Amino acid sequence: MAESVVHTQDTHSPEGGDPNRRDFIHIAAGAAAVGAGVMIAWPLINQMNPAADTLALASIEFDLTKVQEGQQVVIKWQGKPVFVRYRTPAELQRVIADDNASDLKEPQTDAERTKPGHEKYLVVVGSCTHLGCVPTFGAGDYGGWFCPCHGSHYDASGRIRKGPAPLNLVVPDYEFASDTRVKIG
Amino acid sequence: MSEHESTYVPKTGVEKWLDTRLPIIRFGADYMSLPTPRNLNYWWTFGGILALCLMTQIVTGIVLAMHYTPNVDLAFASVERIMRDVNGGWLIRYVHANGASMFFIAVYLHMLRGLYYGSYKAPREMIWIIGCVIFFLMIATAFLGYVLPWGQMSFWGAEVITNLIGAIPVLGEPILIWLRGGPAIDNATLNRFFSLHYLLPFAILGCVVLHLWALHAAGQNNPVGILIPKDRAKKDMLPFHPYFTVKDGFAIILFLILFAIFVFYQPNALGHADNYIPANPLQTPAHIVPEWYMLPFYAILRAVPDKFGGVVAMFGAIGVLFVLPWLDTSKVRSMRYRPTMRTFFIIFLVVGVGLGWCGGQLPDAPVIGSFKTFTLIDGDLNSYLWLTRVFTLYYFAFFLIIMPLIGLKEQPLPIPATISEPVLTGADAVEQKG
Repeated sequence: MAESVVHTQDTHSPEGGDPNRRDFIHIAAGAAAVGAGVMIAWPLINQMNPAADTLALASIEFDLTKVQEGQQVVIKWQGKPVFVRYRTPAELQRVIADDNASDLKEPQTDAERTKPGHEKYLVVVGSCTHLGCVPTFGAGDYGGWFCPCHGSHYDASGRIRKGPAPLNLVVPDYEFASDTRVKIG
Repeated sequence: MSEHESTYVPKTGVEKWLDTRLPIIRFGADYMSLPTPRNLNYWWTFGGILALCLMTQIVTGIVLAMHYTPNVDLAFASVERIMRDVNGGWLIRYVHANGASMFFIAVYLHMLRGLYYGSYKAPREMIWIIGCVIFFLMIATAFLGYVLPWGQMSFWGAEVITNLIGAIPVLGEPILIWLRGGPAIDNATLNRFFSLHYLLPFAILGCVVLHLWALHAAGQNNPVGILIPKDRAKKDMLPFHPYFTVKDGFAIILFLILFAIFVFYQPNALGHADNYIPANPLQTPAHIVPEWYMLPFYAILRAVPDKFGGVVAMFGAIGVLFVLPWLDTSKVRSMRYRPTMRTFFIIFLVVGVGLGWCGGQLPDAPVIGSFKTFTLIDGDLNSYLWLTRVFTLYYFAFFLIIMPLIGLKEQPLPIPATISEPVLTGADAVEQKG
């Protein structure tokens, strides 16, 4: 051990001269060790990402005839509640009138949140954008939803109007398979 | 103290043989004879109590894991089976569940003792910092454990707390999905929470070893707060065993009485009734509250109107404790000799309890009566929201403004040269009057 220390001092000046071959070997070995560490760590980290069977549950179909006018049906999609709401003409009128309201935190028109020709149906993820509670149907100051956890008010278009939630209720990717069926996801 | 010499003399042949190969008996014997300031009061007994709490949680936890099933369809029923069918399962689970609360009662008193007597100051910074790490790990472990019974509070507590991570700009969403193992809290989440809940207590145990190591190196603080001069060591110190093992033992008995009152008479008093309803991802309980020991931090989270800001404030409230040794500018350790600081400390205690109280209330509910005053920015002035904000402000001001400032400005009382002096000359009367 002592010999090798002496040897190191011989070839490598402590004042810091040019890097020599031994320095290069040290740096290269260190870099290889770090690289190997990352390669070992990655599968251990990545295993926590959604598994294939979880991702396979990505889409569902829903029969819209199950929803009565003025009501909503809550379905489970990817473990989250999804509200499918059949809005009354009065509710539709109100949300369209509010399209340019000044209290919209995330301004969106109702048309941007629905599919053309199917405006009476609203499909949103039923998780409050604040901390994920399920908002209560038909409550709150705007005729939409009210989140009991921290008091966020949504209108009948699922837009945040009052309270701590920062964003509108999320509209998931969905399409109309026919006039009475939607495919969510 | 580090310089204390080993007094262990191996007696039997086996001990002598072992002593030259693995001096583990010497290590234990030396630790038990650690010179300890003779004026330690009962606030110093919580270290031993906490060690007992950790062992209780680990032992009962290992036993519970033999009967628990970490699966969304089976978890709730397996806990009920523990309560009804497993021999003595009700006792083991109630000890484990209430043990968490007892653990936090003891850790809060232990930390407040350190705060009052300046146990975090040089040369004991590392003891304090490792202690903060332990506290943080305890919070994480308790949260993970609360999710496991898979009741309504378990599920929605997990939902709300993991959503906090989603508040991080840009990276929040991918991290959230990674942490949950899917787009929502589900089986993957429960399974990994169980794994981590089993792991973290052993991480705590490792930190406890470091905590005791650092304590051994720097030596115990004491209520007078002075470093004991070397020439006084013989007069002012006693070996840890039997003097303080007996004192700790007595405190442990008192603590276990309190523990037993909860386990046998009020086992659910500290829990929430909603957690006896199986988790339902489609329905949120009307009022989500965390366990009592998280309430002050939950209150701080809600005090900030911005979602990410709230998360930063909540973690900041714990983070500020780590730098405490460098925020306190006073050279005097014990607040016995810092009357001004002591007043602010008492206010801090009231604020801490107040934050806990606020955390359990609805933010919009009025504090006094049921009348409205006037709306200030985003809430009525007579609401828990604003009371929480005032308390939160004091919490941070105490560490970031009051502590550095008072240390520079105050005039501390005369500090005794030895820990015997106040007792022998009656100067302790100063404390009685003050």
